[in-house]
Amino acid sequence: MSAPAARKTWLERLNHIDRRLIFVIVFVVVSIPMLLKLTSPVKVSHEVQIAYDFIQSIPAGGVVMFSVDYDPTSAPELQPMILAILHHCFSRNLRVILTGQLAVGMPLGIEALESTAAQFGKKYGVDYVNIGYRPGNQAVIVAMGRRLRDMFATDYRGTPLDQLPMMKNIRNYDQIAGVVDLAHGGTPELWIQFGQARYGVKLIVCTTAVGAPDYYNYLQAKQIVGLLGGMRGAAEYETLVKAPGLGLLAMPAQSWVHLAIIGLILLGNLTFFLNRRAKNAENA
Amino acid sequence: MAANLANTIGVWMAVFFTLAILSFLYKDNPFYKLAEYVYVGLSAGYWLIYVMFFDVKPMIVDKFLQEQGFERYIIIFPAFLGALMLCRMIPRIAYVSRVAIAFTMGISAGLGVTGAIHGMILPQVKATMLPLNDINNVIMLVGVISTVVYFYFSREHKGAFGVAAKVGIIFVMISFGAAFGYTVMARISLLIGRAYFLFHDWLGII
Repeated sequence: MSAPAARKTWLERLNHIDRRLIFVIVFVVVSIPMLLKLTSPVKVSHEVQIAYDFIQSIPAGGVVMFSVDYDPTSAPELQPMILAILHHCFSRNLRVILTGQLAVGMPLGIEALESTAAQFGKKYGVDYVNIGYRPGNQAVIVAMGRRLRDMFATDYRGTPLDQLPMMKNIRNYDQIAGVVDLAHGGTPELWIQFGQARYGVKLIVCTTAVGAPDYYNYLQAKQIVGLLGGMRGAAEYETLVKAPGLGLLAMPAQSWVHLAIIGLILLGNLTFFLNRRAKNAENA
Repeated sequence: MAANLANTIGVWMAVFFTLAILSFLYKDNPFYKLAEYVYVGLSAGYWLIYVMFFDVKPMIVDKFLQEQGFERYIIIFPAFLGALMLCRMIPRIAYVSRVAIAFTMGISAGLGVTGAIHGMILPQVKATMLPLNDINNVIMLVGVISTVVYFYFSREHKGAFGVAAKVGIIFVMISFGAAFGYTVMARISLLIGRAYFLFHDWLGII
């Protein structure tokens, strides 16, 4: 008689496991691979490969615009992406324009741009320019397509664009080879609707893992030329440009914690069904 | 020296606020509340400064001083609408702000309609019209049609129509599953980001 009672207690305990214990398990599982600096091979997906190929196809001296539309809440996913793509651009002597539609995100873009530019010995105004932030979302995208200077007469420091050697011949998207939109919200859709559809902008979308599924239809319809989704996308791009960063460091931790979560889901279901069977047997 | 000190102070403050926010996982507490309020206050202040110096000053004040003729005076119109928006803070004349809101709504609706048709609906419909010589194209077509059938509520889901709707819900569920999987990855990425900050920037052990 005592054995079923003991089993029921054990099952019930498992079924009502303290959520804080799960938090500790997840933190430990995330930490161990990082502390041990484990590595895991990363297979590059089609959507990241075509984004890389597009940047690779731009001739030296071509201009790439980066739109920073994320803030610190998404930095772990998007910051490794901007670093990897900037690394690729500067290594190929492409020129970069930085802008953004989210004020609190601009410092992240500036930090990434200036650190990568310094790494490659690039000069402000010649190889890269920061034109800063403007509110207005789609209105800004449309206006830049007509005449960039309508929205940005100066760079973020207040220097007129015509005084910057790199910007002298850049009037609108016609002189920009492609736009990389790094976003944690819906701005890529605005770029697609108003930049790509209206002006034929070649667009690479870099988004959080949560947002990534929403953009596969645009990729399939060839409305965008590449898609990087979440930390995995960053890790794949880091693999392609051979510049390991947080993306690659995080992949083993991602894999381990996903296994742990699958295990916890299975355990939760198993204890639920065992509990129900025990209760049914008790009632019978 | 000063830069190093500022960096050290910055890292320690970030560590304090990271741990304060994570302490909510144990239970709500004053440290979490403090971190939450500081974040909200800082973000609001940051937005205000940014909008003043990167929007109001260059787009209104500087432009008004630089431009000549009609180009100069047309700037008064959006500035006036912006001022009307601020009337919301004065209850007696709050209704005046509706003029500016109506203007914004009109622009957004106009842009939204053209953008959605030209940039989303037409290209997406075109991308669905594919030759059925590939299994992926067949799956996509079945998925699109059956999902549209599922969301068609003007007819009862019975018979062949019901079967199509049931197939549609399977596609919808698969899409939810993929979205949920991606969401788990996103949330874990944020934890990894904070763990990396603690281990690398603060403790320097990785």
